[in-house]
Amino acid sequence: MTYETVIGLEVHVQLKTRSKMFTRVAAGYGHPENTLTDPVVLALPGTLPVMNKDALDKIIKAGLLLGCDIAPVCKWDRKNYFYPDSPKNYQISQYDQPICRGGSVEIELPGPARNVMGEHKRIALTRIHLEEDVGKLNHGEGASLVDFNRAGTPLMEIVSEPVIQSADEAFAYLTALKTIMIYGGISDCDMEKGQLRCDANISIRPVGQEALGTKVELKNLNSFSFVRDGIAHEIRRQTAVVESGGKIVQETRDYDGQTGTSQSLRSKEMAHDYRYFPDPDLMPVEVDSAWKESIRSGCPELPFDKQRRLLEQYQVPYTITSVLVPDGELSDYFEEAARLSGKPQAAGNWITNDLLRELGASKTPLSASKVRPAHVAGLVKLVEDGTILSNAAKEVFIDMFHSGEMPEAVLARKGLKAETNLEDLERWCAEAIAANSKSVADYKGGKESALNAFKGPVMRAAKGKADPKRVDETLRRLLAQ
Amino acid sequence: MPKPEDFNLDHVANLARINLTAEEKTRFSSQLGDVLTYIAQLNEVNVDGVEPTAHAFPVVNVWADDVAEAGLPVEDALRNAPEKRDNMFVVPKVVE
Amino acid sequence: MPQELFNKPVTELSGMLARGEVSAVELMRSVAERTRKVEPKVHAFNSLDEEDALAQAAASDARRAAAKASGAEVHALEGIPIGIKDVISVAGQPLTASSRMLATFVSPYDATVTTKLKAAGAICWGRLNLDEFAMGSSTENSAFGVTSNPYDLERVPGGSSGGSAASVAAGEAIASLGSDTGGSIRQPAALCNIVGLKPSYGRVSRYGLIAFASSLDQIGPFARSVDDAATVLGAISGHDRRDSTSLRMEVPDYRRGMDELRKSGRKWRLGIPKEYFGEGLDPEVGAAVQAAIAEYTKLGCEVREVSLPHTKYAVGAYYIIATAECSSNLARFDGVRYGHRSKDATDALDLYFKSRAEGFGPEVKRRIILGTYVLSSGYYDAYYLRAQKVRTLIRRDFLEAYKQVDAIVTPTSPTPAFRKGEKAANPLAMYLNDIYTIGVNLAGLPGISIPCGFTGGGLPIGLQIIGQPFKETELLAVARSYEERNDWRNRFPTL
Repeated sequence: MTYETVIGLEVHVQLKTRSKMFTRVAAGYGHPENTLTDPVVLALPGTLPVMNKDALDKIIKAGLLLGCDIAPVCKWDRKNYFYPDSPKNYQISQYDQPICRGGSVEIELPGPARNVMGEHKRIALTRIHLEEDVGKLNHGEGASLVDFNRAGTPLMEIVSEPVIQSADEAFAYLTALKTIMIYGGISDCDMEKGQLRCDANISIRPVGQEALGTKVELKNLNSFSFVRDGIAHEIRRQTAVVESGGKIVQETRDYDGQTGTSQSLRSKEMAHDYRYFPDPDLMPVEVDSAWKESIRSGCPELPFDKQRRLLEQYQVPYTITSVLVPDGELSDYFEEAARLSGKPQAAGNWITNDLLRELGASKTPLSASKVRPAHVAGLVKLVEDGTILSNAAKEVFIDMFHSGEMPEAVLARKGLKAETNLEDLERWCAEAIAANSKSVADYKGGKESALNAFKGPVMRAAKGKADPKRVDETLRRLLAQ
Repeated sequence: MPKPEDFNLDHVANLARINLTAEEKTRFSSQLGDVLTYIAQLNEVNVDGVEPTAHAFPVVNVWADDVAEAGLPVEDALRNAPEKRDNMFVVPKVVE
Repeated sequence: MPQELFNKPVTELSGMLARGEVSAVELMRSVAERTRKVEPKVHAFNSLDEEDALAQAAASDARRAAAKASGAEVHALEGIPIGIKDVISVAGQPLTASSRMLATFVSPYDATVTTKLKAAGAICWGRLNLDEFAMGSSTENSAFGVTSNPYDLERVPGGSSGGSAASVAAGEAIASLGSDTGGSIRQPAALCNIVGLKPSYGRVSRYGLIAFASSLDQIGPFARSVDDAATVLGAISGHDRRDSTSLRMEVPDYRRGMDELRKSGRKWRLGIPKEYFGEGLDPEVGAAVQAAIAEYTKLGCEVREVSLPHTKYAVGAYYIIATAECSSNLARFDGVRYGHRSKDATDALDLYFKSRAEGFGPEVKRRIILGTYVLSSGYYDAYYLRAQKVRTLIRRDFLEAYKQVDAIVTPTSPTPAFRKGEKAANPLAMYLNDIYTIGVNLAGLPGISIPCGFTGGGLPIGLQIIGQPFKETELLAVARSYEERNDWRNRFPTL
């Protein structure tokens, strides 16, 4: 029997706001314990929530980028449950009127080879709603320690339909979602900082069966590769259980990425009853078309739309676009360099190879790079017109990366300019032809490769500063006489 | 409307996270039974087509701009903590 | 008896302070001495900080001197000692809600009303007793002892703001703040022969008021006269960016508004809801209220019967909505970040069960349990949603009546002050005591209780006047036009 997998993902994304969702103390990561609190965060008696306008703007933006329907009116509900990381012992969330419904995420599956674009498909979304994050529990010896710095951070819950079919698809979904969030300035989605968290609901069923199998919720998938590995592991586990005649139990399992194993979370037999009801401390949100349009006008081009455009507009290879597109800033950088140089592919090569290598080695963010698109474009032009040879150009690039000087200035300073004295070149070519009559005969006899025999002596005479293209041209002209 | 006898005190006290003594259980069952019986008269009201009132004077879009303000110094945050350690609140072990 | 400083209204004291006939420190001393004398009998306060109050008074005198020198205006509340219900936060002071749960809690921040009172120059004086978490109608549900009615120490002062009412009646504060969720200001005001005002929902910020039922709670003043209530209301009203339910509405100058209405000679149309004069109304209370209505007729007011047909459902709807909201609002009291923590909890879950069992009193537990039940899975629509719909009908009843009348006049409480312990064992009977005040909260309306007489046994009786949304000025004007024609307010208790 063969089985197919059905996966639904619940992704929590922290919004990149200055202050918290319902109070104005700063939100942030990596601060000393309990230094980002105020009476509201700690749920001191008498405190009240007030919405963060920017968080609303950002979730509407996310909804528009993902093609969701934005609710004209939505409200806030209290989700009641007790847990030490939840200061009020209820979470302000959205129950039956989420701000976004529907929509989808376009994903790209792995291609047959690294340099070939994979299949694209759309993963449908159920809903996106806004809520507040909880604090952090640190489990110690016999006790737990609570830090409320994270509590109250705006948190978006993105729920997919159960339509994801494999661990690879789940990985591609998360990757695409993250790129869109970063493009929109909605979140940095750094999983290490907990800015993106993912739970997966996984079930398998015999191919052809319509009814869904019993689902297992997988938690603690705290890196992109753990998501992929954890899901793959769970699919294998469920398949093994079913194939050995067992039954899948509905449960929550904790995946340990270090050991690649999962175990059931034995929760106390206490049925969840969240007792949702509208939060009387907050007023509803009404989103009119003017608000929506003002957000829409600030929406960036979607990553895959940009990729299609780059491929079409600049005729660059897929491999270049697949490096550029995940980083919106890098793509913009590329487009500027392509425009200034008029040679997109050459600019793309410099950016995706040399620039990224140097940035990576020196741990420099692109925004701090001294090499700007104009530098790249200048270098491309110098190589194109033969002013500089490609190996010398590499040296110029590294110099520019550190000095920030324009390529012409680097050339002048280092004396790396290619030889352009045409008289010398004519003479060296003539001498080389005169010194090798056998190759002249071979060339004239139709052996194209014989031309290379003259190039070595010319380059030696030019001390490597001759433009190979011009050498080639000159030799052919003289031989044709 | 549900019947007053549907009320399961143990279950509800469990949800509310309050231990009740045997004496409290007896007393509350009878007192809350009376209250629920009284409340049941709301059944007489025809509420067809009536919108619920969540706020007496509802307005929409009450928010603040995203400007970060100073919070509580950590010592003030922890001042009323029953038990603290390393600038954090201590709770007995959380058993899942 | 000659009126002592501690028994005078704000209107008189502010004049004396302005003319330099008395200093804020002298006034505060008078109030503090009176408090020391009668507090053992009344027990209106949970805690007092005389030293701090005298320091505030000294600062007030200094501000007044500086203002005099610079010609700056001085607020009518400058130097006036105002008691604050122990459910409203004052930075650096205890905030107990009369609960064991918060017995040692000290609040690090000021409620918005506290900030506003301080800005007006008032002296925040003491923490006033209440029914635990404002749940009750007698102040018997306090973890720190029962407050007595100054007019009969064997009887309750009403509740939940019993300490706020008793302190003003007994001369232990010149005015005070209370909170009103279902009558918790108006009913104790009625039982203690003072003025108590519940503003329109959203008029006064709730930030810093420990929430009982968020959609019903409102802070308001207790005072010795309608003018004083108007002065305090003016000081605490207004939109607050920290309370999303406080409304952006201009705050009128209530006293000037009242004066203008008096000058205009406006004749009020008053509605008498027949549903408020039926079974359960004490005959002496009924008679006093009818006499007050007769006074209005003499004043030239047009008095007519109106109907509020859903009145009998108000208590039921109220106890669903209020308990549902409180079950969630009080979830934060868990012994983790603050508040009572059980000493013998084995794990975090056990900590909740034990801390809450030990920290909350029986009435609070009952209401949390009832509220948890009505929100629980399978019951929400039948209870909470239905109650919210009934709330709509109750609100409509009032708005319908206001098409014919400017204000509605009723008894505040069906009975005068009852004996301590009389209703303690019967929560439902206690709940039904709020029958005339609850509708006002459900509809979000302003309501006031003013003295309108005494029983043969010498117990005060209150008259409730219910106004239209955000028309507090008119409401106060209607109340004052009656107050001006009697001397009930000057009948002080003998202590």
